[in-house]
Order: sequence, then structure tokens, then C-alpha cells
Amino acid sequence: MKANFIKGSCRVTALLMLLFSLAIHGDQDVSTQPLFMTAITNLKQGSMTEREQAINQLAENGGASLVILQALLDGQLFTLKTDMRLVIGVDNNQGYDVRDALTGESLGAMDRSTVNKINLTNKLRVSLRRTIGQLQLTVEDPAIRLAAVKAMGNEDDESALNLLKARLDLEKDPKVKQAIEVVFLLKDMNSSDKALRMKAIDALKAQNSLDVVNRLNVMVEKDEAGNFTEADADVRNAAKAALININTRLQLYSSAETIFFGLSLGAVLVLAAIGLAITFGVMGVINMAHGELMMLGAYTTYVMQQLLPNHLGISVLLSIPVAFVISAAVGIAIERGIIRFLYGRPLETLLATFGVSLILQQSVRSIFSPLNRSVATPEWMSGSLQINDFLSLTWNRFYILVFCLIVFLLLLQILKRTRLGLEVRAVAQNRNMAKAMGIPTSRVDAMTFGLGSGIAGVAGVALSQITNVGPNLGQAYIVDSFMVVVFGGVGNLWGTLVAGFILGIANKFLEPFAGAVLAKILVLIFIILFIQKRPRGLFPQKGRAADS
Amino acid sequence: MNRISTKLRKLSIVGALAVLTVATGTVRAEDTIKVGVLHSLSGTMAISETTLKDTMLMLIDEQNKKGGLLGKKLEAVVVDPASNWPLFAEKARELLTKDKVSAIFGCWTSVSRKSVLPVIEELNGLLFYPVQYEGEESSKNVFYTGAAPNQQAIPAVDYLMNDLKVKRWVLAGTDYVYPRTTNKILEAYLKSKGVASKDIMINYTPFGHSDWQSIVADIKKFGSAGKKTAVVSTINGDANIPFYKELGNQGVSAEKIPVIAFSVGEEELSGMDTKPLVGHLAAWNYFMSVDSTKNAAFIEKWHEYTKNPKRTTNDPMEAHYIGFNMWVKAVEKAGTTDPEAVQKAIIGVDYPNLTGGTAKMLPNHHISKPVLIGEIQDDGQLMTVWQTNTLVDGDAWSDFLPESKPIIADWTAPINCGNYNTKTKKCSGQKY
Repeated sequence: MKANFIKGSCRVTALLMLLFSLAIHGDQDVSTQPLFMTAITNLKQGSMTEREQAINQLAENGGASLVILQALLDGQLFTLKTDMRLVIGVDNNQGYDVRDALTGESLGAMDRSTVNKINLTNKLRVSLRRTIGQLQLTVEDPAIRLAAVKAMGNEDDESALNLLKARLDLEKDPKVKQAIEVVFLLKDMNSSDKALRMKAIDALKAQNSLDVVNRLNVMVEKDEAGNFTEADADVRNAAKAALININTRLQLYSSAETIFFGLSLGAVLVLAAIGLAITFGVMGVINMAHGELMMLGAYTTYVMQQLLPNHLGISVLLSIPVAFVISAAVGIAIERGIIRFLYGRPLETLLATFGVSLILQQSVRSIFSPLNRSVATPEWMSGSLQINDFLSLTWNRFYILVFCLIVFLLLLQILKRTRLGLEVRAVAQNRNMAKAMGIPTSRVDAMTFGLGSGIAGVAGVALSQITNVGPNLGQAYIVDSFMVVVFGGVGNLWGTLVAGFILGIANKFLEPFAGAVLAKILVLIFIILFIQKRPRGLFPQKGRAADS
Repeated sequence: MNRISTKLRKLSIVGALAVLTVATGTVRAEDTIKVGVLHSLSGTMAISETTLKDTMLMLIDEQNKKGGLLGKKLEAVVVDPASNWPLFAEKARELLTKDKVSAIFGCWTSVSRKSVLPVIEELNGLLFYPVQYEGEESSKNVFYTGAAPNQQAIPAVDYLMNDLKVKRWVLAGTDYVYPRTTNKILEAYLKSKGVASKDIMINYTPFGHSDWQSIVADIKKFGSAGKKTAVVSTINGDANIPFYKELGNQGVSAEKIPVIAFSVGEEELSGMDTKPLVGHLAAWNYFMSVDSTKNAAFIEKWHEYTKNPKRTTNDPMEAHYIGFNMWVKAVEKAGTTDPEAVQKAIIGVDYPNLTGGTAKMLPNHHISKPVLIGEIQDDGQLMTVWQTNTLVDGDAWSDFLPESKPIIADWTAPINCGNYNTKTKKCSGQKY
């Protein structure tokens, strides 16, 4: 396979040039070439090994095949069930928009059942990516070029290296250029020339690259026979110094990463807890159905995606207000129907709302089935912001962190600046006095509970992007939510925010040493001890409000 | 006062109705054979177990269409243990003493099985357990139609080691008995194959763990040491989606670090956004995508029965299919539904499985199965990339753990024991 591949890629070099000339001469009909057609047949019907050969053969055809190969990698290559024609299908949610893979002729929309997909295995995907990488080294987009360089750099393949060498002189983008240079510097480390090795180490020690770390690690290690893999002591010492240099940076980046992980976990906790901070914190209602209100928000996202299948991003954004309204409505119904009869009887409220939570869970199970529902993540929320090899921030977590802060600030403004907020605070401080002042307390209760529930629904939208959307979603978060609110100080929104972030970061710093299970237990023990010392949490309410 | 008396009257009517239904029930019971279905229909495990209840109803329905069993109709008694482990034991007792079922098909988690065990042994019932599990058990009254570790975990590791040339291993699991035992066996197995301790990373997470950031970052670091790395995942149900999502977001692709899962099948995949999963692996004894006439017929029947052409089939469903049909064959062979007689008759009974080949009930109450490894495709199906040439016999006691190596299970004379020590020649008679 290897030999075959090398041979293949030599031809690629030649054919790349051919490709340019082809581009000048206009489209030449490839479908007349017999070799090309056997490759296509193998691709359609052959075994996995034959498919691999077919891919290598196709690569020799350069540009014309690139479309087919790229479609294959993206999972868009099909055969028609009727006449085994090779087609490219783009998902349009009802079926596929199909066009002929060889001629590009459009065949219109087709149902899913009329085509067979050409399947890939990981092995094929790797070789496909490599092949495409070589064909793509000349494309416009620097990000694609960078990926191509990375895909090729790991290979000990002469022709790939030659391609890269040729590219190095032409390359304008600094990042791609640097990536190519690193590839060659890493190769220099294998050279027999000591000076060259020293020079390579010197140049590489400024790089934040895991490949470099691995290579340096190998240099300072002993092999099985007890000899150093790097025989020369000078080079070894240089490698050691470089490693120390890189490891300090690595430490720094990994702490930054841990803090980001902690903040993002904290953001999820805050989102889950902040609605509760209002219903439990401000109103004093122990609402065990809080988690299920989040679940409703998550299911809203699912339904919205079903309604707007072609607009993933918009449907997620639209879900935010819709989920707020739905959860708020359910929350108000719970308050009017059950909780208002139980004010001042916390134990009964707890049991009644627990019952409500079970009812909500089981009704979701009956309506949507007990299986999890699949909620897709929009493109702009997947993947990560790659800062370097050592540090990357995942987009979905990043957006949720931002979203959490926005929700928090908005809520703070509502409580501080609006009429409703004023009334809520008045009722929370002294119900009788507020009543005497003409505030309709029972309406305010309903509105407050609705607000808290609505926020839970909004939190559910965020959760749908990171976890399962299923009947058990709420249960998973209810304990954490209460923990955050109690730790932060009942009735204090800032307390909830700070508590959420503290718990998130503490958890993430403990996890590497203690493991996920023990970290959770340790945090819980810490909170119990803390509550013993300060029963009112981090930010206790002061003054007369605290007495009620 | 008046209100109370109307309430009382209503109650008495309901009571009378209840007595009536019970009475008619017992009349009918005489000419039917009852089959207990013990799967959670509510609570956390409903996600997986509801499907198995439907499968059982379909199989029983089908058997009745064929004329029932021993000239009698089969009747399903469905109870809901609500994902509550002690309730499993109570419901099993109810099925055996009150409903007098001839066999029980049920349980999913190992805890629920362990909870049912003492009851089923005390009352001498029959339990068919359809899920892959950690092994280290063989009860006289239980038939394990799912995979033992040597029918799933060990072949999966062999595939990674030999075909994908994996050198470093992450064993990640949810923190309970199945992953702990499986990982213990796998660790011993890997070490016996010469893998160094520093090349094995073991990680446990709580049930429903949703924040995988640091663990995935650790896996990424562990996997970037220049040697091919794979993750062997015994992560359970709900924790999987956030795990795969995080892998995808942090850029850990199946090409770099493949994850092989033992608890992710077609059913679980149907509730996931499959984009980040494509190319990751799963090891089972059955895939819906397997092309065989038997399988096609089974899928068609299932779609017809559920009136949903999109419903998936999965491995535990096939286990129930085989288990139920083996039980039917054994009852016909014994000419009675008496548990004692069926226990004897069922050993050696064979039945064709859905993927080709014939499953056989072994003396240790496990069955022989093929092992398939598949790659996840973006339509939520698994495409077979590797499979064993022959069927693998289920081994109750792992040969890779020093403490269980000399132990075998054999429910035929003369041994007649679930944990017979071949060294001391003694049956420990240990209860579970």
C-alpha cells in the first residue's frame, strides 16, 4: 500500500502541473479514460481495499477527481439504486439535491431511499485526507493549506516533502510557512550532522507544538537497551533545556485552559441556578420541578429545529425567547395551580413540586418517547478556537459563557430598573408591608415565579447544546442548582454568579488530581463545611430583610 | 358528610371492578402460559428498556400467531420496575408468586440483575438477561443471552491492537460495576500482551457526567505522545453525547484517537447528533446494518409491529429474540414449562441468530455469538469493519483475572455448579 501510495503521489506531482495546463486548455473529458473508469467502478462496488486503490488512482487525475474525492470525504458521494450512476448529493433535509459526479449535470432533488451512500472507514478517511491535502496545497484558503501541510507533515514520504519544499518558497501566509518550516526542522533533528540538530533544536524551542515536545522527549529518553536515543551529550542537554523552556509555557497554557474549563462549567451552573435564585432565593419556594422547566426549554429547541430544519443557527436563537415564554407559562400555571395554596409550608411545596417534576418527565416521555432527541449544533458553535497546539477554546462553551453573562446582567437590570423588579424586591422584603402599599402581591408572586421559570427555560436552550435532550435532563442539574444557590447566599443574584464560578473552577482544578467522582464529592463536603460555618452562604442578606 | 359517602360509594365500585378483573384474569390464566416482562418503563433506564418490552410483546404476539406453545396461548405480564433497583426484586417476586409466570425476560443494568438474583434463586424461576455484562457470574436460574467480556471487550481490544496498531490505551468508564470489572479484565489482558502501565490511562466518571472538558483535554494530551492511542469506552448511556460532542469540539477525530464503545448502539445513536461521532467504533454481536435475510425479515416485522418505519433494532433486542426462541424450543423439548425441566432441556438448544450462524446455549448458561466491530456512519448506523470468523463461546469467569481463572461454570452433571474451582475441585456455592 505504502509503495503504491508513494508511486501515486509522485504522479500527483506530475499531474499537478498537468492540472494547470488542463485548466488552460479547458475541460477535458475524463470519462473517456479507461483507467479512470475502472477506478470509479471500484469505488462504487469494490471492497475496502479496492476502494483505497481507487482513491489513489483517482488522485492521479488531479483536479477533476478532487470534487469526487472531497464529496467522498464529506459523505456526499452516492450511487443511484436504479442504474449505479455515481452522483454527488447535498442534503436538503427532505432528501438530497443530486448531480452527476462526472458531468456535473443536475438531476434534481431525490429521496433518501433512492441512493446508496459510499461508505468509508477511518483508514480510508486518513488516506483520503492525505491525498486531498496534496491536491489542495495550492488552494486560496490558508486554513485549508495549513490543514493540508499538517496532514502531509506526519508522513515520511519523499514526494510529499518535495511538494512541501516547493511550496515553502511560494508560501505567503506566515502561519502556513511556519508550519512547513517546523516539518523540515523536525526532519533535521534526525540528521547525522550535529550542528544541524543543534540548530533545529534552537529554532524549535520557541514553537508551541506537541510534535516538537514529543520529538524532544524522545531525544532525552533512554531506549530499551539503556542507551540514550540521542548519543551526543551536547545535543541532549540542548534538548533538555529546550524542553524546560517549552514546558514552562505548556504549564502556563494548561492553567489558562483549566481556568477556561472552570469558567465554562461555572457558566452552566450559574445558568441552571439563576432561575432558582429567583424562585427559591427571592420567593423562598423550594421548586423541585425547576430542572424539568429547563428540560422544557431544551425540548423547545428540539421542536424549533424540527420546524425550521434548514436554519439551524436561527432556530437555536429563536428558541431562546420561545423557550422563555413556554417555561414561564408552565411556571405560572404551577404557581397558580399548586404553589399558591402552599405558601409558608415548605415541606408540602417540596413534595408537591417533586410530584409535578415526575408528571412533567413522564409526559415528555409519552409525547416525545423515552429516547433522547437529537439536537444539532449550528456550525458556528462547533469546533474550537485553536490558539496553538497547547491551548484551544471550544466555541460552544465560549458562547455559553457569554450567554450566561448576558442573561445574568439582563436579570439584574430587570430586578433593579423595572416596575416588576421593584415590586418583586418589595414583596420579598416584607410581604405585608408591600400589600399595605397597594402592591398586588399574588400577581407579583405569579410573575416572579414565571420569570424564574422562564430563565430556566432559557438555560435549557443552552444545555441542549452541550448535553442530552431527554426526559432526565432536569434531574441531572437540580442538585447542582440548589447547591449553587445555597452556597452563594439565598436571595442574592451576585452570590449565585460568584458561587457558580467558584464551584466550577474548584471542580476543574480538583479533577486532574482526584478524578471526576472524587472531585464532586470533595466540592460537596466543602460546601457542607462552609454552610456549617456560614449558614447564610457567601453573600448573606443583611438588615431587616434577613430576619423574615 | 354527604361528600364523603359518595366518595366511599365510588371507592367500593372501583374495588368491585378490581376484584372482577382479577377474577376474570385467573379464569383465563388456566389456559395460557404466562411470560413475565421485567423492564423499566419509567425513570432513567426507560430510555433503553422500553424497546425491549416492545420486542418481547412482538415476539410473544408472533409465537401466538404460530399457534402458541404446547397448545396454549402465551400471555405477557408486563410490570414496571421504574429504574428502581430494589423494586426489580419486588416485581420479580410478584411475577413469580402472584402471576406465576413461567419465565421472566428482563433487567438491563447489572445492579438490577443482582437485585433480582436472590429472589429468582429462592423461588426457582427463570430469568433471561439480554444485555452485555461484566461476567463473573453464572446462576442456575439465569440465562445470559448478552455478551460476556470475552465476546465483546476482548475481541475489540484485539482488533485495535492488531488492525489499528494501537499502543496506548485509555479505559474510560462510568463508575459502576460493569465498567469497573470490564476494565479490570482489560487491564490484566493488556498487561499480559506487554503493554506498560504508563501506556494505560484509566478514568471513571459519575453517571450522567456532562462536563467532559478536562477529561477530553487529558485524553488529547495522553494521545499526543507520538504513539497510536485509542479509547475503550464503557461510558454508560446519557454521558455519551456530551463526551462525543466534547471530543468533536476539541478536534479529537476518530482518525487520530478512535473511541470504541460497548454501550453505544443504534438505539442510542438515534438520539444523538451523529456528526461528531462518524468513524468512531462500537463492538457488538449484532448490527442493524448486517445484510442477511433473517435480519431483513426481523427489521420488517419490527417496523410493522411498531408502525414506525424509522425504528432501529439493536443488540439486546437480538439477544431477547434468541433467548425467547431458545426458551420456546426448550419448553417444547421438555413438554412442560416447569422451570426445573426447562433448565435441563435448554442446555444445548440452538437457534439461528440474525447475523448468520447458530447460537447455542452452553452449559454455563451463556450463548455462543459472533463478534462484530463497526464504524459509526452519519446516518446513525454501524458499518461492520471486522468480525470474528467463528462464533465465540461466552465465558462466565474471565481467564484474565487471577482470582477467576481456575473457576468455571457448568450446569450439567456431574459438576452442576456456577462457580466450580478446577484446582480445588470444589463448588464454592457462593451466592451473589
